[in-house]
Amino acid sequence: MAMAASEIERLIKASIPDAEVTIRDLAGDSDHYAARVVAGSFEGMSRIKQHQAVYSALGGRVGGELHALQLETAVPQPETNK
Amino acid sequence: MTEAQTRIADLVKSNDVVLFMKGTPLFPQCGFSSRAIAILERLGAPYETVDVLQDPEIRAGIKDFSDWPTIPQLYVKGEFVGGSDIMMEMFESGELQQLLGADA
Repeated sequence: MAMAASEIERLIKASIPDAEVTIRDLAGDSDHYAARVVAGSFEGMSRIKQHQAVYSALGGRVGGELHALQLETAVPQPETNK
Repeated sequence: MTEAQTRIADLVKSNDVVLFMKGTPLFPQCGFSSRAIAILERLGAPYETVDVLQDPEIRAGIKDFSDWPTIPQLYVKGEFVGGSDIMMEMFESGELQQLLGADA
């Protein structure tokens, strides 16, 4: 079963309001996505906890309705001198 | 603890490095499992695998065990490390090499 990228983004933001979400449809089939989620609220959380927060935002859809979500999480980096 | 949870706990305890995956190292049945195997092979450290497709009880139970919805899942010295995305990040940063004591 497939899911729209906009729906994934909406669900993640509903539960992690400060998240910046970038989604790519990897195979063009609305079933294999890559998501990058950057959120200040991830600060101090282990990678596992960060990923779990995203999975939990998606309410059990990952691994079921949503076959594959390649996931990358990060804390926003302070502006560096360019 | 259910029987599946006990079996998983035993597997994780008795193997230093164990990957729960779909398929076998030679014939992974999913792109994510295949990626996880590629990383472990690159590191060259010994590892065990459990094919969840051959064991529906473990396939269902492993998701509760770690509160993690997807497979593959890597455990090192009894600790849940993550899925293939985290493995890749840790491989690229050198953390996984350190964790496994590999010098690859």
